[in-house]
Amino acid sequence: MNTTSIVAGIAAAQRALLASEADIESLDRAIGDGDHFINVRRGCEALAALAPQLTGVAPGPACQQIGTRLLSTVGGASGPLFASFFLAMGKELDGADEADARHFARAFAAGVEAIRQRGKADVGEKTMLDVLIPVARLLLRLTEAGTDLATLTERLKEEAQGGMLATKDMVATKGRAHFLGDRAIGHIDPGAKTCQVMIAALCDLAVSPR
Amino acid sequence: MKKFMNDVDAMLTESLSGLSAAHPELVRVEFAPTFVARAHPAADKVALISGGGSGHEPLHAGFVGRGMLDAACPGQVFTSPTPDQMLAAAHSVDAGRGVLFIVKNYAGDTMNFQMASEMLEIENATVLVNDDVAVENSTHTTGRRGVAGTLVVEKIVGAAAEAGAELVECKALGDRVNAATASMGVAFTSCTVPAAGRPTFDIGPAEMEVGVGIHGEPGRRREAFRPASRIVTELLDAILGDLKPARGAEVLLHVNGFGGTPLMELYLLFHLADERLKAEGLKLARSLVGNYTTSLDMAGASLTLAILDAELKALWDAPVHTPALRW
Repeated sequence: MNTTSIVAGIAAAQRALLASEADIESLDRAIGDGDHFINVRRGCEALAALAPQLTGVAPGPACQQIGTRLLSTVGGASGPLFASFFLAMGKELDGADEADARHFARAFAAGVEAIRQRGKADVGEKTMLDVLIPVARLLLRLTEAGTDLATLTERLKEEAQGGMLATKDMVATKGRAHFLGDRAIGHIDPGAKTCQVMIAALCDLAVSPR
Repeated sequence: MKKFMNDVDAMLTESLSGLSAAHPELVRVEFAPTFVARAHPAADKVALISGGGSGHEPLHAGFVGRGMLDAACPGQVFTSPTPDQMLAAAHSVDAGRGVLFIVKNYAGDTMNFQMASEMLEIENATVLVNDDVAVENSTHTTGRRGVAGTLVVEKIVGAAAEAGAELVECKALGDRVNAATASMGVAFTSCTVPAAGRPTFDIGPAEMEVGVGIHGEPGRRREAFRPASRIVTELLDAILGDLKPARGAEVLLHVNGFGGTPLMELYLLFHLADERLKAEGLKLARSLVGNYTTSLDMAGASLTLAILDAELKALWDAPVHTPALRW
C-alpha cells in the first residue's frame, strides 16, 4: 500500500458512496437530522480536490494532509471523526513509502482507535464503530495469519455487513440517534452504513484494482 | 421547496453578508474561515466565542456585540463549524484574558470545539450547555442537548465578562447558569434543510413531536395534537420536575419560537406558562418572548425556565447591544 493506492481507495469509496446516496440519506432522515450525506459529499469533494497534490507524497504525510483537509471542510461529527482516523493512520505510517498488509492493518486499527477516543463511543452504541471496530480487529488477525487477499477481502466485507446490520436492533447511546430512545430501534445507523459501503468498495478495489 | 435563495452553496455567505451589512456598527464577518466578530473589538476582557450549525438564527451570530459574545462561528446548516473557524475567531478576538467557548451539547459541536481547544495556544475553557430536559437519559456524556437556554448562558456570562470577570469565573458562572436552566419544545411541522430540499421528517396534520430538537431531529414521542394549555402543562411538568425550584423562587421565562410560529401564539404560550408558574408559587422576575433559537422554518416552540438570584438578575439586566438582543 502506498499513496497511489490511498488516492485510488478514496476515489473508489467516493464512487460507492454516491451510488448509495438515496439509501444512506433515507436512514439519516429516519433517525438523524438529515445532514449526514451532505457532509459526506462535502468531504468527498474536498478530497477529490486535494488528490492531485498528493502525488509523490509519502503515505504518512498524505494521510495527515487528508485528515487536516477533512477537519477544516466537513464539520459536524463526521469531520473530526474521519479527520482523527486519517491523522492517526498517518502517524502510524510515518516514515514508510510502502506499507505491507500487516503495517496497513496496524495503521487502520490506530485510525479506528482514534475515532473511538474522539467519539467516546464503543461497539454496541449504534454508531460507525459497530462496523469499524470488528473490521479493524479482523483485519489485524487475518493479516497476522497471512490470509490470502481474496479470502481476506471476502471476510472483511461480511464482517462490515454484519456490523452494519447489527445496528438495526440497537438503542443508540451515542450520536444524534440517541435522542430518540427506543424509537431508533429498527433503523440501521447511517454512519455504520456509510462505513460499510466504503469498506466494501475498498475490498473490491484491492482484489481488482482499476 | 420555496426559499429565498440563489445557489444553495452561497446561502450562508449571502445571509452573513446581509447580517454585517445591516449592522456594520456592531459586527463584521470574515470568510475562509468563516466567523462573525464585533465591529469594535473589546479590550482587556475574557473573549466569549460560541458557534454551531446555521439555521438557528439569530443564535449565535446575532448575539455578537457589547455585553454578549465577542465572536460566533457559523457552520453549514445544522452542521458544526470546523476547528479552523474557532481558531481564527479566537486569534482575532483574544484580548489577553483568555477565551471561553460556549458550546451546545451535540456530538459534532463538542468534538470540533474540543479539537480547537486542544490546538489553541491561548488559555481557554469551555462551557457546555445542555438545558434540554426532553432527553431523559442524562448519564451519557453526549446526553442532554443544548437548546434555547444557550441564550441565557451567553447573555449572563457575556455581562460578567464585560464587567471584567476572570476566565475561571466566567466558566464557573456559565456552568451555574446552565445547571439552573431547563428547556423543552414541541414541533408541529418539520423543517426543510436547503441542501436536502425536503422536510427532515414526515408529520401528519393532527400530530406533534414532543421533545423535538432544534435540528428537526425527531423528539422522544409522537403524540396527537392537543390544545395549548395541555402542551404547556406537559412541557412545564418536565421542566419543573428537572429544576425543582423552591416555592417563591424568582425565575426567567423564555418562550422561544422555532421559526414558523407567529408571535401571537408565542405570547399565548407565555400567558399559559405564567399562570402555571403563579400556581406553583414561583415569581416571574424576567421574561423573553420571540424567535431566538430557531430551527429554520419549523413550526413549534420551546419553553425555557431559569432560576435567578440577585447576581444573575443584575447580569441579565446589564446593557447588551447586539443585532438580535439589545437593552
